[in-house]
Amino acid sequence: MSLISLQNLTKTYPGVIANDAVSFDIDHAEIHALLGENGAGKSTLVKMIYGLVKPDSGTITFQDKPFAPREPRAARKAGVAMVFQHFSLFEALSVAENIALGMEKPPKPAILSDQIREVSVKYGLTLDPERLVGDLSVGERQRVEIIRCLLQEPKLFIMDEPTSVLTPQEVQTLFETLRRLRDEGTSILYISHKLEEIKQLCQRATVLRGGKVVATCTPSAETAKSMAEMMVGTKLTTPQKIKPEFGQPLLRVQNLSVKSADPFGTSLVDINFTLRAGEIMGIAGVAGNGQDELMLALSGEIRTPPASVQIEGGFVGQLGPAKRRQRGLLSAPEERLGHAAAPDMTLTENVLLSAYHRQNLGRRGFIDFARAQIFAQGVIKRFDVRTPSAENSAKSLSGGNLQKFVVGREVMQNPRVFVVNQPTWGVDAAAAAAIRQSLLELAMAGAGVLVISQDLDELMEVSHSFAVLSEGRLSPPRDAEGITVEEIGLLMGGAEIA
Amino acid sequence: MDISAVALIASLIVAATPILLAAIGELVVEKAGVLNLGVEGMMIIGAVVGFIAAVNTQSAFVGFVAGALAGGALSFLFAILTQYLLSNQVASGLALTLFGLGLAALLGHGYTGIKPPASPKMEFFGLSELPVLGPTVFHHDLMVYFSITLVAGVWAFLKFTRAGLVLRAVGENHDAAHALGYKVVRIRVAAILFGGACAGLGGAYLSLIRVPQWTEGMTAGAGWIALAIVVFASWKPWRIILGAYLFGGVTILQLNLQAIGVDIPVSYLSMAPYLVTIVVLVIMSADRARASLNAPASLGRIFHASN
Repeated sequence: MSLISLQNLTKTYPGVIANDAVSFDIDHAEIHALLGENGAGKSTLVKMIYGLVKPDSGTITFQDKPFAPREPRAARKAGVAMVFQHFSLFEALSVAENIALGMEKPPKPAILSDQIREVSVKYGLTLDPERLVGDLSVGERQRVEIIRCLLQEPKLFIMDEPTSVLTPQEVQTLFETLRRLRDEGTSILYISHKLEEIKQLCQRATVLRGGKVVATCTPSAETAKSMAEMMVGTKLTTPQKIKPEFGQPLLRVQNLSVKSADPFGTSLVDINFTLRAGEIMGIAGVAGNGQDELMLALSGEIRTPPASVQIEGGFVGQLGPAKRRQRGLLSAPEERLGHAAAPDMTLTENVLLSAYHRQNLGRRGFIDFARAQIFAQGVIKRFDVRTPSAENSAKSLSGGNLQKFVVGREVMQNPRVFVVNQPTWGVDAAAAAAIRQSLLELAMAGAGVLVISQDLDELMEVSHSFAVLSEGRLSPPRDAEGITVEEIGLLMGGAEIA
Repeated sequence: MDISAVALIASLIVAATPILLAAIGELVVEKAGVLNLGVEGMMIIGAVVGFIAAVNTQSAFVGFVAGALAGGALSFLFAILTQYLLSNQVASGLALTLFGLGLAALLGHGYTGIKPPASPKMEFFGLSELPVLGPTVFHHDLMVYFSITLVAGVWAFLKFTRAGLVLRAVGENHDAAHALGYKVVRIRVAAILFGGACAGLGGAYLSLIRVPQWTEGMTAGAGWIALAIVVFASWKPWRIILGAYLFGGVTILQLNLQAIGVDIPVSYLSMAPYLVTIVVLVIMSADRARASLNAPASLGRIFHASN
């Protein structure tokens, strides 16, 4: 008899069927993968199991009894625990306080701290209960979530994309913990789109596409490519990287140090690198190691001494974003809504925000809406942005579509230097391939491209040279050819900044 | 005429108490992640309703209860607007202040120039007879001691209780609190009501003890000062006392300086407390990183459960 069994779960939102008669079950002591593209309905499905969303129809049987949790509390009581993709943590509270908030009946603080230490030793997850969560690394924050769940001794443990923020070594530690849990009898529902990991870890996989179960498979018997094709439903092609001849240095960063304005941010320490024409440089690193600060210093949102950032020999450290744009340095930040795009403005208006000067979208100080609209439509067409028209607001687009739009808006302005942070975060595989292809084409046309990303596979795919950001310091860039994931992982952990 | 330090301290405590009450209420509201700029409006409603109730029943106690209820009722309006109808907190708070000032003027019509029933001062078995300590510390009305007890209570609630931890969590990250299954809206409404009742109590203290009579617009910016003091205190309960007494001290000092005829134009002297507040706020927020470390991270953001 299986631990949990879902029968014909259906959930519709206005205009979308998030889940359409989804049925599958998870055995006792099984690690079960839930696979699917963004928007395939994975999150909605687990939210129904965890009591955050009520299904429209269908039933769940948990431990041979009907199960319909009205709220997360009820689900936790029944033995379902969940680690969220976007952590549900409170930065200004301590580890112990955060864990207490996730428990039904927390013990006294002193006892709880001892329990936390005990569990963290048992599962090899080092953690000090008294530290502020805001001071922890992303990997450590995930440990807080995991320990919070473990203290409740769950029967079913749901993990939503747990490894997207971890270094390869941290991933291995996590897998050891999960395997030990399985051996102790806990079942795990593991959501991911990293197929190699699923092959390593999971016994069975259920594949969702467009809200429906389209396949069930044994990951160890499949290849990553065959599973990816089940997810996407079509054949996949990977972009081709050709190693070009590099041209003139375009962007030079010299002794760049930036003090972070965010109390939980990371300050940059003495960053040096040179980006040449035709080169794509990948900057790897676990989130929170100074990526945001580097992005801001390059885009011009943080000003620095003039010589610390140079575009084609000209000092621009003291200039703001608009001036840098005029000189050919364009950028696309990680946060799409609110940073890269103004949520309530239309796509046409959003185009004006960054392309006004370079695309001549003004006439004698007035906005030329006709031209702006044409440019916006061009971006929509070339990057296959799914939207009714250029007059829809930015926030009405799904994350992946908006990402295509904000990257496309900059790429179509023919930058000399293009800086992009997490270009394919939360974008489905087909769209991600299209974005990467456009970056490669940009470099082939003679621009310099700097890609900051936490996705190692992505960086290996596009970059010619490679550097790692760790605790605000950048390793010397090296040729990407021949570098192994293990070496990068060590650098990301800050092991050797040589 | 000399300025007696003893009289000065005794009267600064009285001057500070209304602000202290309003500020500790607003602190709880902001800790839950809500910015209610309507403190001034809730105070003056508390002042006028408390005054009317006290005059009609000849009981100061009834006046205080009525003041707290009136402040709470007005804040409930704010709670409905911001928590259920998801309107902007800044605009709603400002509207609440304007509404409160107008409504208070209307209600208080015909109550000017009346004396409210007196509130007895506490006697501590001879302690009140002590020189210096007696008049400064042990010879006040009940509300002064209540206000300090309330600060201690709020401090202990936020620091040691689970409900306090949940309240802080809601103010820190409402999405995460919701994901864990806490009732964000319900907790915030409760905090707003508490803040409203405290502001109303502070207002009633103004009209029943501090002044004591009803005049239109008598809060004269005390609500805004209370808001500033919450920031000054970096959202820490004990520092609220420091801030309120500092402000009360400067207010009383300038009154005394006026009385002994110091050769400075009166306008400058009456400006002094507000200038000091501004200067202190500037110093407090000079270090941006530290200031934002203490502020509740979800402060003023609208919460809407999207699923």
